[in-house]
Amino acid sequence: MYNKGLIVSGLVIFVLLVTFPIWFNGLDAGPLPKPELPPNGTKECVAPVAEMRAKHMQLLNEWRDDVIRNSNREKIVVAGVEYGKGLQLACMECHSNKEKFCDSCHEYAAVQPTCWECHITPTEAAKKEAQ
Amino acid sequence: MKYGLPLVAVIGLILVAWLGSMIPGMQYFFGVAIPYLAVLVFLGGFVYRVVQWGKSPVPFSIQTTCGQGKSLDFVKHDRLESPHTTTEVVARMALEVLTFRSLFRNTKSELYDGPKITYESSKWLWLFALLFHYSFLIIVIRHMRLFLNPVPEFIVWLDWADSMFEIGNPALYLTDAGLLIGLIYLFSRRFTNRQVRYISLSSDYFPLLLLIAIGVTGVLMRMFLRGGIDIAAIKQLGVGLVTFSPVITADIGSIFYIHLFLVCALLVYFPFSKLMHLGGVFLSPTRNMRNDSRQVRHINPWNPDIKVHAYSAYEDEFRDFMVESEIPVEKEPEPKEEPAEAPA
Repeated sequence: MYNKGLIVSGLVIFVLLVTFPIWFNGLDAGPLPKPELPPNGTKECVAPVAEMRAKHMQLLNEWRDDVIRNSNREKIVVAGVEYGKGLQLACMECHSNKEKFCDSCHEYAAVQPTCWECHITPTEAAKKEAQ
Repeated sequence: MKYGLPLVAVIGLILVAWLGSMIPGMQYFFGVAIPYLAVLVFLGGFVYRVVQWGKSPVPFSIQTTCGQGKSLDFVKHDRLESPHTTTEVVARMALEVLTFRSLFRNTKSELYDGPKITYESSKWLWLFALLFHYSFLIIVIRHMRLFLNPVPEFIVWLDWADSMFEIGNPALYLTDAGLLIGLIYLFSRRFTNRQVRYISLSSDYFPLLLLIAIGVTGVLMRMFLRGGIDIAAIKQLGVGLVTFSPVITADIGSIFYIHLFLVCALLVYFPFSKLMHLGGVFLSPTRNMRNDSRQVRHINPWNPDIKVHAYSAYEDEFRDFMVESEIPVEKEPEPKEEPAEAPA
């Protein structure tokens, strides 16, 4: 083989780059997200679990557009339960702990939702009241 | 036929993944077995191709130059266009690999009545090729968020920067748009430019269509067909794959398996196709050789090993026969001591 040193070292770098995730994780899959179930024991949500997992961000945006842009604050009723359209009006009533619920998956998947640029979490709210 | 067959092939791949992933139990085949196989074929094939190229002799000094080569001191040497040292070669190569300098020189030829032919600079190919390649690179790096746990800050930042305009929800990645726009240009170029259309083959259309399908399924999965797209479960599979403990914990939507299967098809196809220009650009003798053939003799490795056999040695070997046949020799043979003649 000609220019063996250069070609082999180039190939080694390439293979190391492609297999980077193997070296980075070191065969350890790390902790899995464990979103906390509602502390108040509620079992029903506005939609089934699978749908909420996949589409909650779209639902929240629909609600936001309805309330803020179309001033449609009509409550929605699912299985006889009334929910106000809003992160704090509906979601956080049950999933009251942002750090243990929202963040667990968002951090795992490196997602940075923009909710918290306007909303404050119940923990933060409690802190402010205490001050 | 040239574009029909690749189109049918890509549709076929989509159908295989779509229908196949709906068969119970086949999720592990499409989500685990195929990806492992594809990465093995990709890495093995890539290394094999590069080693084969490395083994090929370069008989001539064939660097392509388009500038003044190094000559006498008062002749201005074009260091980038006619590199004379390894540093200059590395500089020229880096510009080629990172900025596609040769595409920047692309020209468009047009034939007018007369007949008259004109050549005009055409930068679109360069622009869209750059757009496509860099978008693709960022997309690949961004996907590492599904394989690395914890996700490095750099990738989180890249993800944020790429979706900073927050178009749609989940936000559209700018590189997704860049990739598709670039690909659509590269594809339509092969249709609209007569000369390029004439030389385009199935193997030109197939990778373009495959990449378009990968991009479209990716965008569809992220923004439109979200049913069954549980990112946590998908990441668990991704991290599982690279830690050799893959598990599929949820009923992931078919669009995910289609996307994954198409990527696997691309990985398997890669080493045996024109896509190997990823490795090949570094091994092009026309680009990676120094233009120093006036100073350094380029030895053709094909040259047979010929032993020098000088005339004097030749004469030494055959002198007696030459003398016998009365061929003149440079050095007379030493007179043999003739036996004394018998006295008369």
